[in-house]
Amino acid sequence: MHIITVGLSHKTAPVELRELLVVPDSRMGEALSRLRTYPGVKEGMLLQTCNRVEVYAVVDQVESGFSAIQEFLVDSHLSLSAEQLLPHLYWHSGERTISHLFRVTASLDSMVVGEPQILGQVKEAFRLALTHNTSGIILNKLVKKAISVGKRVRTETRIAENAVSVSYAAVELAKKVFGYLSARTVMLVGAGEMAKLAAQHLVNHGVRQVLLTTRDPGRARTVANRFQGLPIPFEEFRGDMAKADIVICSTGASHYLITAEDVQRAIRERKNRPIFLIDVSVPRNIDPAVRDVDNAFLFDIDDLEMHVEQNREERRAESVKAEAIANEEVDVIQKWLQSLVATPTIVALRKRVEEIKQAELEKALNRLCTLSDQDRETVEGLASGIVNKLIHGSLVALKSAAQSSNGSIYIDAARRFYDLDMSENAQGGDSRSSTPPRFSDQAKLNPSPDQVEVSPSVNPKISHESKK
Amino acid sequence: MTVVFFQVTLGLYFLGTVAFLICLVRRSEALSKIALGLAGLGFLTHTVALALQLWSGDELKWVTFQKALSFFSWSLVLVFLGAAIRQHLQVLGSFILPLAFLSLVSTAILPAEAPVLHPMFQGVWVHVTLSMLGTVGFAVAFVAGLMYLMQERLLKSKQFNVLSFKLPPLDFLDRLNQQSILLGFPFLTLGILTGAISAQITLGAYLSWNPEQIWALITWGFYLIVLMGRVTVGWRAKKAAYLTIVGFAGVLLTFLGVILKSSGASVS
Repeated sequence: MHIITVGLSHKTAPVELRELLVVPDSRMGEALSRLRTYPGVKEGMLLQTCNRVEVYAVVDQVESGFSAIQEFLVDSHLSLSAEQLLPHLYWHSGERTISHLFRVTASLDSMVVGEPQILGQVKEAFRLALTHNTSGIILNKLVKKAISVGKRVRTETRIAENAVSVSYAAVELAKKVFGYLSARTVMLVGAGEMAKLAAQHLVNHGVRQVLLTTRDPGRARTVANRFQGLPIPFEEFRGDMAKADIVICSTGASHYLITAEDVQRAIRERKNRPIFLIDVSVPRNIDPAVRDVDNAFLFDIDDLEMHVEQNREERRAESVKAEAIANEEVDVIQKWLQSLVATPTIVALRKRVEEIKQAELEKALNRLCTLSDQDRETVEGLASGIVNKLIHGSLVALKSAAQSSNGSIYIDAARRFYDLDMSENAQGGDSRSSTPPRFSDQAKLNPSPDQVEVSPSVNPKISHESKK
Repeated sequence: MTVVFFQVTLGLYFLGTVAFLICLVRRSEALSKIALGLAGLGFLTHTVALALQLWSGDELKWVTFQKALSFFSWSLVLVFLGAAIRQHLQVLGSFILPLAFLSLVSTAILPAEAPVLHPMFQGVWVHVTLSMLGTVGFAVAFVAGLMYLMQERLLKSKQFNVLSFKLPPLDFLDRLNQQSILLGFPFLTLGILTGAISAQITLGAYLSWNPEQIWALITWGFYLIVLMGRVTVGWRAKKAAYLTIVGFAGVLLTFLGVILKSSGASVS
């Protein structure tokens, strides 16, 4: 059994290609079930976000597994040829697969390191795999561990702590002044893109009311509708400024629209309640002298960007810690997987000695037909005792050796010493000996016409790995 | 025995203070837990020390200034632990624990224990306890004001460091400031009233115009004005922060008045 992953991400493929590979929700069940039909694929999970499409699978053989998954990806979309796909794929197996999944779930591989959505997306992929019965003992353990690694990284490092976008920085700073934003009012002066984005973040954080003013009253109404806000006439907005806790200014005006006196008056009217002003317009629309007004906090676009840059710096520093956590957990899973390698041998060994014991007991007891029940029990006990004591050492050695690097030598030795392969073959029960069919490189990548085409449109439910 | 407990408490408060001060500039979950643990442990030994003192019965309850200060320090730590556990306001420790430590240290430095008031009057501890509880409220308001000014300065100068991350939002600090005064004020009012009554009983006059009484009245009036000012003309935010810091200076002068009076009283 081997764990492998084949996929592509924002690091290896352009968005045009990534969106072609996305399987819509309605087709997920079919796609997952089909994944299992490829030779040698025992378990599978399909992880897709707008920044990555990856298949995680448990396969008999690494090489044929890679081919199978590759084939699956090509088959999933008819308009995509192997030549188009191949240069963008990456392949991992064993420890590197585990490490890759952990890094992905911990958002270390995301476009914006520390973004919060990937954890949910991994959970969703896992849920789908469970629903369609394509996740088994190995993927279950691996993905559950990955999710716990993702959570650990979020709680133990500050990787996802601070804003890394300018519009979100506005929310973060507003919270430094007001704490909760739920009873607050925000005023938009002008409706530039960044201002609207910041306003949207503020509304998402519970801001109660949005006041909006632009030179064009019609546009003010349109934008106000979007936030269920209140449009106010442009000529009067200074008079209404006292009502606003947060003012976001983004007009194309070439002069200062809000002066220190305006702010001072507003604060007086507000009985010294602080006012938080953001100026994202270039050239600036709020007089920098506002900085000197007591209880007024003015941030311009440079201040916000500096704040964001500091946060990015911090995320980079934190990602080192996060990598360490992920690595630590890789070892844990690796050990567990290695211990799994010995399990079939241990089971076979137990079975083998049990069979020998039973056969010998039968022979002996047939000859000793005069024995009382008590004597029979003694003889049976004697046989069990000898057998158990004899194999005990081997079992312990196998279990502990399985977790070390030379485990396979021990397993191989045990199989030979106890003649396990022979005995299993004799019963026709050995799955190990069956070699998975190999694909010739070209044949495998040509999709057959009867295979289902998957719509090229991007699944709208797949949200962006956010730029929070 | 009591002395041993006090010394252990002093040691724990000192270590806690150091840990909390480091917490202000360094991010360490572990250190912040250690600091809280030290404060909690110090609070326990402090409680034992105060209880032993109370039950030893050889002296009147809170009637010495040293004991009053010790009680003040204990109440401060109690308030802090409550805030840290219920509101996750660990950062308060970096300001309150040093204050608690300093007031406990001053009990050791101050001249030999002198009774605040004539021990004939058994109820004097009520006056001292109420006044001290009022003072705890003002101390928290002072700390909130201090934190407000620090956070305000950091925001104005666009410095986003560990300190600005740890300090609570301005609005929260302003409300903490107001609520602490609102809680402290009635206690101080009752403290002054009971003080006047004890003065009447022991000295025969409600008011004898000694420095302690004068400063107490000035402080009381000052906080009354601060409270009224907030409601009427909007003395909040930065102004309120400055005012409460000044007000607490008044409280400290009252304490000084008590010390001067006690030394005078012990001579007479």
